[in-house]
Amino acid sequence: MKRKLRKTPFILLGFFLLLWLVGISLGEPTRVLEQAKSICLECIGIG
Amino acid sequence: MQTIRKLVQAVWVFLINGFWGFPITGNLYQGPLKIICSPGLNCYSCPAATTYCPIGSLQQLLLSVRFSLQTGHYYIGTYVLASMGLLGASFGRFICGWACPFGLVQELLYKIPTRKYSVPVALNWFKYLFLLVFVVILPLLLVDQFGLGKPWFCKYICPAGTLEAGIPMVFLIPDLRTTIGFLYLNKICILTGVIIWSVLASRPFCRTMCPLGAFYALFNRVSLIKLDLDKEACTNCKACHKVCPVEIRFNETPGSGECINCMKCMTDACDFDAIFVNVAGYRLARTGKSRPVSARQS
Repeated sequence: MKRKLRKTPFILLGFFLLLWLVGISLGEPTRVLEQAKSICLECIGIG
Repeated sequence: MQTIRKLVQAVWVFLINGFWGFPITGNLYQGPLKIICSPGLNCYSCPAATTYCPIGSLQQLLLSVRFSLQTGHYYIGTYVLASMGLLGASFGRFICGWACPFGLVQELLYKIPTRKYSVPVALNWFKYLFLLVFVVILPLLLVDQFGLGKPWFCKYICPAGTLEAGIPMVFLIPDLRTTIGFLYLNKICILTGVIIWSVLASRPFCRTMCPLGAFYALFNRVSLIKLDLDKEACTNCKACHKVCPVEIRFNETPGSGECINCMKCMTDACDFDAIFVNVAGYRLARTGKSRPVSARQS
């Protein structure tokens, strides 16, 4: 069986890593943390 | 291998639900770990949750995208989407088979001895609809007078959220009991339906409803680590069909988006070493089960 390095996963990983860094630079993790720290009553079917 | 997988699943359950101080604090975990994306579907409102749920967070960001843009912020879901993409591009649906708490719950329910049924293949497409409509389109487009939408999947459907957060929170915070209404009962009905279905069929939620599974499924064919088929070694004996928990024909559709990469076909069925773990194009290891060529031909 031939062995050949698959490039697609690395391209995808590079793209998402770039997007991830863009998200961090926009300060989105802080917003995500704020949301995740509090109970989302709407999300659990209350409210 | 399946015992190891169960252990890995259990470890993940405790890793992403590792805050056991909630009976004392009466609240959920509020530490910095919640900046990390949970690989599987795990509600961040669960009192023990230590990570954020990507599906819940993505909806929260999309439903308030107008508001955040108006206030000069650019919270459009890039961080969450990228975290999901990094996981998907690395592991595909290995996450579903090895790290999802709600997947484990369904597997345990399926062990209850009853008559078992298959899931109609056509229903598999519904999970993509849930991802597109309930997670992206509705939260983004149906907004109130303040420009805010709703987390449609979490609010009206997600049975994982009801099991991991809705029920425990009602027990933990007595004041919440007074606010229980139609919405809660609707979610309890959906959870009950999924539980009964999980006893009768293998992983029905993952196969037909899970938006996170649908997202990871898009990467299953191209992910860094994936389950692959050596067509030269495959004898088309169809042994892999019989053990698959999601009823796919691995030798006919390797890389199928439905495959949760549990590796049951590789370790429990294939006698010809035809199914293997492919890491970036390279075979990870042989199972050592390969029969000699003469045996294959007989």
